Amino acid sequence: MPPAISLARCGLLFLALALISCKKPAPTQDAQEIVIGEFGSLTGATATFGQSSHKGVVMALDEANAGGGVLGKPVRLVHEDNQSKAGEAAAGVRRMISRENIAALIGEVASSRSLEAAPIAQANKIPMISPSSTNPKVTEVGDYIFRVCFIDPFQGTVLAKFILGRGWKNVAVLTDVKQDYAVGLTEFFKETFTQNGGQIVSDQSYSSGDKDFRAQITSIRTAKPDAILVSGYYNEAGLIASQARELGLDVPLIGGDGWDSPTLVEVAGSAMEGNFFSNHFSAEDQSPVVQEFIRKFRAKYNEEPDAMSALGYDAVNLLFAAIRQAGTTESAALRDAIAATKDFPGVTGSITLNTKRNANKPAVILEIKDGKFRYVETVSP
Amino acid sequence: MDWANLTQQLVNGLSLGSIYALIALGYTMVYGVLRFINFAHGEVFMVGAFVGLFTHRWLKPLLAGLPDIVSACLVLMAAMVVCGLLGIAIEAIAYKPLRNRSRLTVLITAIGVSLLLCYTGQLFFGSAPRGFPDLIPNATHHLPGGATFTSEQFLVLVVTILLLLALRTIVLRTRMGLAMRALSNNPTAAALMGVNTNTILSFTFGLGSALAGAAGVFFAMLYQAIDPFMGILPGVKAFVAAVLGGIGSIPGAAIGGLIIGLIETFVVGYSNTIGIPSGYRDAVAFVILIVILLFRPSGLLGKSEKEKV
Amino acid sequence: MKNHRAHLLLLAGLVGSLILGWMAPELDPYATNILVMIGINIILAVSLNLVNGHTGQFSLGHAGFMAVGAYASSLLTLAFAPSVQQSPALQNLLFLGALLGGGVVAGIFGFLVGIPSLRLRGDYLAILTLGFGEIIRVVIQNTNALGGARGLAGIPPYTTLFWTFGLAAITVYTIICVIESTFGRGFLAVRDDEIAAEASGIPTTKYKVTAFTIGAFFAGIAGCLYAHFICFISPEGFTFLKSVDVVVMVILGGMGSTIGAVAAAIVLTLLNEMLRDFEQYRMIIFSLLLITLMIARPQGLFGKLGRKKAKRAIP
Repeated sequence: MPPAISLARCGLLFLALALISCKKPAPTQDAQEIVIGEFGSLTGATATFGQSSHKGVVMALDEANAGGGVLGKPVRLVHEDNQSKAGEAAAGVRRMISRENIAALIGEVASSRSLEAAPIAQANKIPMISPSSTNPKVTEVGDYIFRVCFIDPFQGTVLAKFILGRGWKNVAVLTDVKQDYAVGLTEFFKETFTQNGGQIVSDQSYSSGDKDFRAQITSIRTAKPDAILVSGYYNEAGLIASQARELGLDVPLIGGDGWDSPTLVEVAGSAMEGNFFSNHFSAEDQSPVVQEFIRKFRAKYNEEPDAMSALGYDAVNLLFAAIRQAGTTESAALRDAIAATKDFPGVTGSITLNTKRNANKPAVILEIKDGKFRYVETVSP
Repeated sequence: MDWANLTQQLVNGLSLGSIYALIALGYTMVYGVLRFINFAHGEVFMVGAFVGLFTHRWLKPLLAGLPDIVSACLVLMAAMVVCGLLGIAIEAIAYKPLRNRSRLTVLITAIGVSLLLCYTGQLFFGSAPRGFPDLIPNATHHLPGGATFTSEQFLVLVVTILLLLALRTIVLRTRMGLAMRALSNNPTAAALMGVNTNTILSFTFGLGSALAGAAGVFFAMLYQAIDPFMGILPGVKAFVAAVLGGIGSIPGAAIGGLIIGLIETFVVGYSNTIGIPSGYRDAVAFVILIVILLFRPSGLLGKSEKEKV
Repeated sequence: MKNHRAHLLLLAGLVGSLILGWMAPELDPYATNILVMIGINIILAVSLNLVNGHTGQFSLGHAGFMAVGAYASSLLTLAFAPSVQQSPALQNLLFLGALLGGGVVAGIFGFLVGIPSLRLRGDYLAILTLGFGEIIRVVIQNTNALGGARGLAGIPPYTTLFWTFGLAAITVYTIICVIESTFGRGFLAVRDDEIAAEASGIPTTKYKVTAFTIGAFFAGIAGCLYAHFICFISPEGFTFLKSVDVVVMVILGGMGSTIGAVAAAIVLTLLNEMLRDFEQYRMIIFSLLLITLMIARPQGLFGKLGRKKAKRAIP
């Protein structure tokens, strides 16, 4: 091949370089607007999480803009859909940081995707607030990472205490080993449960995306548990409930906040009746803050909110409160303001961020009755 | 020895296996006449499931008075017909122009078709899984010994056997079947004997795809959730089943499917006893593939083809 | 004469990577992202081309080798990163070690996968390699020491533009040199007519296994670069669909053409990014591209299907 073509190849390379590279934009705080980045799973396996959370975020944003913006400036949202896929969250966050000059980052619901993005936010000193990632490792990434929900050590304890409180001493555990959230939750649950006299009679696992759980359920059935902990997300939880009932296993199934989705009942139908899960908030909570939120959400979207929407809403409002408090969107000052949040009146409870940048909040237990999530009790930390 | 557990896992394995068997039949039939792996077959299975879903939704109000089994049959037939036509269409558009090219080219095209179907499905239906309803009231029955099976599992097993018998009749007792066997044996001689290659190929594709469509409806019924990517893994596993049974052999494909379904279920069900984590379930089929290809490439019921130079 | 071209390319590539490396801090991180992905894809495409294009063995498991390289190198760097935190020179040394380590381990896997290839042809080999790729992925998914299904996080960010393009240049150079050497003619012989090659005394198995090994080695290096750039790897990123991505690059470029593979890698990576806003349509476009390519122009952009005839010494 003549040297001309090899030179052409080099030319191609440098052309590519020239076309897409440009200087790094200098961070500006005096822009005419405040830009917030959100990343979530708007499509894909856990689409309802991302969509719910997004609705809450947008509602908070619209309310702020209707009220004259934050610090007098309008707020603009940019968001990236990671399609519930690993690797996409990191790419999306990088893009938002470098192209959009965001002041802060909201996301994600799923702990594994938060873990992907957190190091990037930390390295770029962009404060990140996760609305509902419960795995403790998320905020351990660095001091720019926060969350407005409780963490799994607490959630695991809540579930353990609830189950023991109902007198179910022998429990089978079925964990989604593909998700940090589920693995962490199971670990913490088992610790508290066994320490307080409970017995794990069967320990099975599955992966997100699996459709057939009969083999694991059959093994569990042999062990004759009083209840089954299904630690994972709603798609599989629904299928597991259906298949368990089909296999004649009638004991109650218990889950964590990963169950919170209308799809849960859609997939499982009546197989879900009589099961329980822990969550961040209940639509039956009569407090004025909650009812007001539900009313506004219904008016805006014509549907009922779930915990993910409520947490998304709280995360953004908490961010705005911190911006107002700091009087600027400059990253270090903003970070400090967020870290100092105390008794923020959120829909999901009063939020105070502790030294580990997590929120100390109570959890609620919900029961599925007549296809709806009914409030059972509140457990405080 | 826990008989209840064992029988239950057997029931589970047979249900899963019947589905693999139905898909494997399509692979083996196409390979028999065309000597190529139709990568897109798994996606036809997926289309069958979606057709089933929408047909059921559309039919339910119309057939409110009749027993559920009627609507279930109609749904099944709709899926089979649509998938059969889809198979014929794919053959005509994507594979026919490449009849004389290298096998590799066709294989790559098949991969392209497979991806096209998956992602078009994602475009229209979104990638979040959708619930599939119970086509018949799903009662749980108890076997002596503690195992259970559901009405739907029973239906799947019965209809699979019926379809297999029907296929066997078509292949062994009809002219089309005779032509198919002739084509698979020696294409040149068959053409010389008056067999219309194009028609028979279309027929083969149509038949295999119809079976995959049925498998799609059954899978959706048993596992109740469908999504555009549901066909990839079952498709590859069914291919392994066809290879296991002896590619080109119809009874082989059925047996291969059942064996893989059973082994997969047992590995997961007894994972604690054998020490293999249940997450390895998807690797089971591939390990079987490697073993078969290394030690008996012609499969259980296949004839070993000597390569003539 | 032939070596001139290879050396020229190598020189150009190394100079280019030095320039990019020097410019790196000034570059927009998003642009850096794209450039690194281009470099990684070049390595993947060119290494797969050796197996698929030059040796005619259809491998659908390249992502598996990439995964092995990514994980092996990450384990090395994660183990030693704390001890080299202070010195950038030592960090680079560690990275070099990890690259080689990842490549070698991947190469070993390539060797293992190549062995059964002795008995298999065409479609069967394709499925077998797919199977191996999936097995590797499932094993990683179930091994907690490798982070299991949740992946490995906190990998030190050692990948730079200099490393990426420097390695890409070296990969292209190596593959070209291998193919154009006397030994390398054997690969092409295996592709053109395996039985004739065997009959002529060429040890086809040895060539096939060598192709897989070398291809896997470079895929491992690409995996290492990827892991130390994204800093988070999980089995989900190395599925069959990733292998297909690389296969599409090789086919688009023309099986058997190294330059084609490079061009296709650049074009497809850029196309990928441009279509990111239309993610839903991206794969549809890709698959349509693949189908039309196979029907209309199976030799891709730079491939030479009729090479057999053109190179006959005696007309």
